Amino acid sequence: MNDLSKLEQEIFEKFSLIKTKENLESLKVETLGKKGSVSKLFQELATIDKEKKKEFASRLNILKAKILDELSKYTLKFEQYELQKKLESQTIDITLPVPKITQGKIHPVSQVIDELTCIFAELGFSVAEGPDVENEYNNFTALNTPPNHPARDMHDTFYLDEAKQLLLRTHTSPVQIRTMLNEKPPYKIIAPGRTYRCDSDQTHTPMFHQLEGLYVDKNVTMADLRGSLDYFLKKFFEVDKIKMRFRPSHFPFTEPSAEVDIGYEIKDGKITIGEGDKWLEILGCGMVHPNVLINAKVDPKKYQGYAFGVGIDRLAMLKYGINDLRSFFESDVRWLEHFGFNSNDVPTNYRGLAR
Amino acid sequence: MNITLNWLKKYLKTKLNVQEIAEKLTSIGLEVENISSSENNLDNFKICKVIKAAKHPQADKLKICDVDIGDGKITKVVCGAPNARDGLITVYASPGTIIPKNGMKLSIAKIRGVDSFGMLCSESELNLSEESDGIIELKNKEKIGDNFFKQSLEPMIDISITPNRSDCLGVRGIARDLSASGAGVFIEPKLEKLKIVSKKSIKIEIEKDSGCYQFGSCFIEGVQNRESPDWLKNFLQSVGQKPISAIVDITNFVMLDMNRPLHAYDADKISKKIIVRKSKKGESFQALDNKKYNLSDSNCVISDTSKVLGLGGIIGGESSGTQLSSKNIILEAASFDPVSIAKSSKELGIITDAKYRFERGVDPNSIKEGLAKAAKLIKEICGGKIGKILISGNSLYKEKKINFNLDSFEKLIGFEISKSDAVKILQKLGFKIKDKKNKLELIVPSFRPDISQEVDIIEELIRIKGYNNIPLAEPNKTSFKNTLNYKQKNFHYIQRSIASLGYYETVTWSFTNSKIDNFFTDKKLRLVNPISSDLDTLRTSIFSNLLIHSKNNIDRDYKNLMLFEVGPVFKGLKPGEQQSVAAGVRIGNKVEKSWKEKTESSTAFDVKADVLKVLIDLGIDSEKLVWESKSNQSFHPGRSGSVYLGSNKGPLLACFGELNPIIVNKLELDKYFPCGFEIYLDNIIEPKRKQKDIKGSYSVSKFQSVDRDFAFIVDKNTKANDLISVIKNCDKNLITSIDIFDVYEGSNIGENKKSIALSVKLQSMEKTLDEKSIEEVSQKIISSVQSQTGGTLRSS
Repeated sequence: MNDLSKLEQEIFEKFSLIKTKENLESLKVETLGKKGSVSKLFQELATIDKEKKKEFASRLNILKAKILDELSKYTLKFEQYELQKKLESQTIDITLPVPKITQGKIHPVSQVIDELTCIFAELGFSVAEGPDVENEYNNFTALNTPPNHPARDMHDTFYLDEAKQLLLRTHTSPVQIRTMLNEKPPYKIIAPGRTYRCDSDQTHTPMFHQLEGLYVDKNVTMADLRGSLDYFLKKFFEVDKIKMRFRPSHFPFTEPSAEVDIGYEIKDGKITIGEGDKWLEILGCGMVHPNVLINAKVDPKKYQGYAFGVGIDRLAMLKYGINDLRSFFESDVRWLEHFGFNSNDVPTNYRGLAR
Repeated sequence: MNITLNWLKKYLKTKLNVQEIAEKLTSIGLEVENISSSENNLDNFKICKVIKAAKHPQADKLKICDVDIGDGKITKVVCGAPNARDGLITVYASPGTIIPKNGMKLSIAKIRGVDSFGMLCSESELNLSEESDGIIELKNKEKIGDNFFKQSLEPMIDISITPNRSDCLGVRGIARDLSASGAGVFIEPKLEKLKIVSKKSIKIEIEKDSGCYQFGSCFIEGVQNRESPDWLKNFLQSVGQKPISAIVDITNFVMLDMNRPLHAYDADKISKKIIVRKSKKGESFQALDNKKYNLSDSNCVISDTSKVLGLGGIIGGESSGTQLSSKNIILEAASFDPVSIAKSSKELGIITDAKYRFERGVDPNSIKEGLAKAAKLIKEICGGKIGKILISGNSLYKEKKINFNLDSFEKLIGFEISKSDAVKILQKLGFKIKDKKNKLELIVPSFRPDISQEVDIIEELIRIKGYNNIPLAEPNKTSFKNTLNYKQKNFHYIQRSIASLGYYETVTWSFTNSKIDNFFTDKKLRLVNPISSDLDTLRTSIFSNLLIHSKNNIDRDYKNLMLFEVGPVFKGLKPGEQQSVAAGVRIGNKVEKSWKEKTESSTAFDVKADVLKVLIDLGIDSEKLVWESKSNQSFHPGRSGSVYLGSNKGPLLACFGELNPIIVNKLELDKYFPCGFEIYLDNIIEPKRKQKDIKGSYSVSKFQSVDRDFAFIVDKNTKANDLISVIKNCDKNLITSIDIFDVYEGSNIGENKKSIALSVKLQSMEKTLDEKSIEEVSQKIISSVQSQTGGTLRSS
């Protein structure tokens, strides 16, 4: 009896000494093999008294089960160990760079148009359009700028025919005329688009972008104009306060007419918009001239409103610190990479304009 | 318009300084562009003498001048002026001086190896005139070393006058505006009283439709023209005008003072009488700017019985101009048709101070006053006997009356103005006012051609009252329409869709180089006045600019590019003959060189995939796309295609492929295998669907699918598309997808043949397919392909 306990103790001592799969295999043979110590005892069962036999057999079976259990534990342990060793040898250099990610970009002009659309959509404006090629009437005459009016000289116009009847629009204002002629009042539109002037130097390009605004209803006042522009400029530059100044000016198609300046300062070579004691001209606006309403078949006794025009490229330059207007149109991929926007950065009113 | 505070004070009693005046001017709409600060800088300009001017050894056009600047030493100055010569008395500026014209500060410079200490100046550099051909030539009596500017000049205020405010093209008008704004008290001018002692006059005839309404003249006999006195020279120089001779200077002075252009003729050079008429075709005359002008039949000319004396209101003629020797003169003050002036000056390309003023409007009632003012000054300075002022012709001027309702101000501006405020402002601006309860009856002053209706009065009031007094109203957020329509939404979507594929969006001119655009079109959409010869046509394709800019990027060593632009292309020269197109190009390798992948250039299939992806992004069902293998002349005729919606007669959505090698070779881009696409946004029509149809119904099979592979040998010309549709038609219900996994051409399968291997997925909505039904479909596929395309199963 005691022999069995002793044997068990010996066997488990041996288990604790196992280092290799081979050790395990030989211990298995040593115990449960044909001539193994435990197998031998099973063979001896036949020679034991009947009385003792049952109890001994039972204890022997328990021992065998214990050994088998321990054997399988060790087998699993060795398998896992080997697998782990194998996996550890399967190495890659994870620091190798991935292939270049081709990340496209949205041009800042498109991004700013989206931002402006987002702001004016909140104010209830919808987007209107007009063609790039205009007739002289829509571009000038209907806008209260008759032929030979000196204000025409202020626009260096690209013409498409010798008679000067067809031209590339010099501003987005003809969209006002088209909208009013085609639809019924009230009008509340913005019209972003390409505009053209025969002018090219450090600060002028022959093509640039404007956003026209027009709000005509029964009681739209210059106070509404001021309030809406203040709202728009604060939203656009993402500031709580903006220093804004209306300055009397002259556009044939608005009266009274104003140029709008915003305050700015330059510190450490960086421009800050909305504060400071310098002024920057940012847009032109005014109350739609009664002659324009008449030309667009709108009754100026019933309807009145405001219009404004703002340079989109200039807004982009100010907001995003772009110094050279001409660089907008040069398609230099280094510039597009730097000033372009991720295609997922869609300006929204709930997530904010810029990331 | 340039003014000085000193001149302004002739008409304005004010205590404000230059800076305060400038701020006031800007706030009432007379925008100050610049105040030239002279400070002590002007003392740096000294009268000097060129002792010796020797040719520069290194440069033909330069001279090394030994200059005496009055300090007893010789100063070396390198000068490029052709008139620099021994003995010349001129003006010297020392290092450190700021040049008025360009604001540059002089320093000691080495010019072609020779040190130059300062500069000899031209009139243009000192803002005295436009004269820039040579350095200033002074008289010998000037004292070497003296300051050139005898009195230090006042700061000059440069005001940008808007085209409506002709009255402010004279100092007096500006003073009147300032007085209304509270900057001072306006000093009313008095009409000069003349002593008429000469009986002489000249006969004036104004022909009908000449473009001249009234012609005022004044004969002055026995004058002695001379150099102007210092006060007059200073007035003119202080606003950047060059003094010429007393008579000319006086006419200029009156023009700048009260916006009344005048002209002086040498009476002895006029034969008999003055005739104001339309020019005759073929007539020409020599103007005071030393140029000869050929006239059309519509210019307003001042002539005598034998010749043209001048272009009315624009420029005088050489033959009848006054000189220092002139003894008898005729002064002219006239009123002209602004449109006629504008047309003639444009036609002949002449810009003068007089034309600028007449075009914008000169007070028609200022003829007599202007003549009197000038005549009196001439008498004072040059002596002579003044004749009677005669005015011929009829004035078209009619007094303008406006009824101004005070409520209209509040209705348009958004706040109230008191009657007393309004009256005060309008009175100071020169209006005559009759007060009628809630209304003012106004008479517009004759110097304000820009004012003709009530809204003009509102503008005057708010302008003077101050725009910044207008309250900021809370924005009204009412909307009347959706922000964007379907096409506008697509415009936004497509930009972001294409960018998400890795393309950089660019914006290029709507015009381009016709030499390149010609490759893409037969149309000629030329600009009449292009900015340069390489931007001379409206673009008919975006590819021209994309390729030009790709080439620029390649030159900067960026050779693998994906660029796109969404914008207009033009089909004709009329408004609306344009289309919205999204065009993209792939240049060079689509995979950059890396340790992982081999470089590979883009192919037609890459741009095809781009087009497909973008169309899907725009919400178009890819099942409805019909792909054709022909495109347009922008592309390689054999390696490009187009895609239609619904059928090949449906709207053309896009073309794509390798760009035409003929074009690519001409642009020397052949090394970079450009591929591209054009998506025609205007052809994408809004689908008619309701909200509930957006997602369609959801139905999937719960039964197992089976794949069967086939390889067919077909004619080389057989289109994969056709093979797929033949197979699909074998059983539209069971065949759920067909994927081509190999295309092979080789001599072992025969010439003009190709093998297409494809995998067909079969799945039923109702049951698990058994071997029999699978076999049936397979057989049908094989026989249909055979009968409809002539293809045979490739034996393995």
